[in-house]
Amino acid sequence: MRAISMGAHDRPEATAKAKGGLAWLERWLPKMVLAPTFVMMLVFIYGYIIWTAVLSMTNSRFLPSYDFVGLLQYEKLFENDRWLVACTNLGVFGGLFILVCLALGVFLAILLDQKIRQEGAIRTIYLYPMALSFIVTGTAWKWMLNPGLGLEKVVRDMGFESFTFDWIVDPDMAIYTLVIAAVWQSSGFVMAMFLAGLRGIDSSIIQAAQIDGASMPKIYRRIILPSLRPVFFSAFIILSHIAIKSFDLVAAMTGGGPGYSTDLPATFMYAHSFTRSQIGLGSASAMLMLGGVLAILIPYLYSELRGSRNG
Amino acid sequence: MKRIKKALAPIVLSGIAAATSAQAGEVEVLHWWTSGGEAASVAVLKGLLEKEGHTWKDFAVAGGGGESAMTVLKSRAVSGNPPAAAQIKGLDIQEWANLGLLANLDSVAKTGNWDKLLPEVVSNVMKYENHYVAVPVNVHRVNWLWANPDVFRKAGVGIPTTWEEFPAAADAIQKAGFIPLAHGGQAWQDATLFEAIALGMGGSEFYNKAFVKHDADTLKSEKMVKIFETFKSMRKYIDKDAAGRDWNIATSMVINGKAAMQVMGDWAKGEFTAAGKKPGVDYMCLPAPGTSGQFTFNIDSFAMFKLNSDANVKAQDAMARLIMEPTFQETFNLNKGSIPVRSGMARDKFDSCAEASMDAFNAAASTGDLVPSMAHGMSTTSYIQGAIYDVVTNFFNDDSQSAKEAVNKLAQAVKAAM
Repeated sequence: MRAISMGAHDRPEATAKAKGGLAWLERWLPKMVLAPTFVMMLVFIYGYIIWTAVLSMTNSRFLPSYDFVGLLQYEKLFENDRWLVACTNLGVFGGLFILVCLALGVFLAILLDQKIRQEGAIRTIYLYPMALSFIVTGTAWKWMLNPGLGLEKVVRDMGFESFTFDWIVDPDMAIYTLVIAAVWQSSGFVMAMFLAGLRGIDSSIIQAAQIDGASMPKIYRRIILPSLRPVFFSAFIILSHIAIKSFDLVAAMTGGGPGYSTDLPATFMYAHSFTRSQIGLGSASAMLMLGGVLAILIPYLYSELRGSRNG
Repeated sequence: MKRIKKALAPIVLSGIAAATSAQAGEVEVLHWWTSGGEAASVAVLKGLLEKEGHTWKDFAVAGGGGESAMTVLKSRAVSGNPPAAAQIKGLDIQEWANLGLLANLDSVAKTGNWDKLLPEVVSNVMKYENHYVAVPVNVHRVNWLWANPDVFRKAGVGIPTTWEEFPAAADAIQKAGFIPLAHGGQAWQDATLFEAIALGMGGSEFYNKAFVKHDADTLKSEKMVKIFETFKSMRKYIDKDAAGRDWNIATSMVINGKAAMQVMGDWAKGEFTAAGKKPGVDYMCLPAPGTSGQFTFNIDSFAMFKLNSDANVKAQDAMARLIMEPTFQETFNLNKGSIPVRSGMARDKFDSCAEASMDAFNAAASTGDLVPSMAHGMSTTSYIQGAIYDVVTNFFNDDSQSAKEAVNKLAQAVKAAM
């Protein structure tokens, strides 16, 4: 933009008309450049959200139809045993996943922040799982946790005959194996975020505290961790997104099984919309997932926006 | 001279093709037969069609169960550009026809005498409001029991023929150090086993009432409770690693003598054949316990979509005709492990399992014991099927649920999905 306007000033012979044209261009070019992506966002994200909302109030089964049935699909959803299992699972999985990831991430970041040698290499090792797809993670953990193939067999072959670790085939425990795999995948990423946050803290504050005689744990508790609040928020938002949209991990690792004990809302939505020809019910579940995301996102955005206005 | 003739043949043929090219059209075929044997079988149809001068446009979408293929098909159909033919089966054919998207194949069916060649149960699936809209390709028998005779010999027991006999035999096998029943803990495999037990213990009439007509009283009946109990008792004969296992891995456990039996459709035969095993010697194929006179069918079929171009409609009709003709039926089914859907075919190339399957098919068709498979989408729509899947697989894996509760849940779920 600047280049264009400079050019216009450099040439005094430029007519007023051309100047007017340039001014017009200057005014409209940013809008024209942004328009395609803006329209695409409107249509392909918000347009389809609206369409899904509409479909969730119809009795669409095989293909979308527009026979409106009100909130019947939502009622059906709440009578559906499998949906309730999926929601409970999301609570268990999401809660544990976020908590453990945050705790482990902070812990690793603090350890790594002690100015050790080979930090770069170690950081890469911790961060590397994030480079893998959840499909790969899921498949690898599926094999490792399979009692006849992985961990249990290895320990038993070492001579501990009574060792049992069969969570993945136990309907009550299988959901926790998902947490293990997801934490393994994502905690390195959380660590990287916190490490960046730790590095951003002004070291003179810490030195001042040290001069005042504060112990290291106290410095962490009183100064460092509170100043990492925005990082906590970002990590929380990202992790809860990952938890709510978790689909590939379940698909690869347990396939929702045993039975449907590890079903999550995302797998429920996919199964009903696309393989069971219940688009209406699937849309209703998708809307509820969106509601879940918004319930987390709105308070966050609110606090963020308010914070920036104050600052 | 002979060589010249051979060399000339394609030229002559293409000449004929050119002469008829006024009528030559193109068929675009959506299918998910992408694995080795399956792809070879589809190539046969392609060859036959091209010999008549038509063009074949392959539209293969990988993914065994065809889930992704169906998603693609829906988007194509909604945008008004469906392929000429798509691999659609069971009651889904009715759904598509109900939307007014399928072509009428009555003239081809009449010339080909399909009404005579197909059992009524089969042709009913292919028809919508009494008009043919789809062509059957093959018949799979689902109620098979695959057994490793070697394991039974070592355990000193005979192969069970009823579900009442099953526990005694299974206990002996377990004592001898083998896994009695090879199984994969996936919803559809649970449903396949459940369906075999329901048919074996309940009989065809009960089965039809429950899974075709969805009669609430039958679904809640005392007999259904018994069936659920028997089904649950299978858990102790299955190794605990079964969760999420693929069916073919379960089959390989029977092949290499780790397990004694598997209840699975006749696509399992492909695994035995691939491992170089002989029917009757290395493995036995028997009807699932208690279902010797019965036949649970799973039929693959092509539904034909309405097309605009006359030439393409001709190609489509030719494809429908060719699928039902003996050449394709024989080659395809030899490759796939299933049996021809058309009656009166020469049998000399088929193995003993396929022959037994053909006999059972013909016999069952006349006695009314030919029943559609619930687990494979033949008896009911995908939403009712899904509801049954959920109840069955949840009950099988949940130790705290009683059979009585499960049966009530089943009736309720089916009602909600209807």
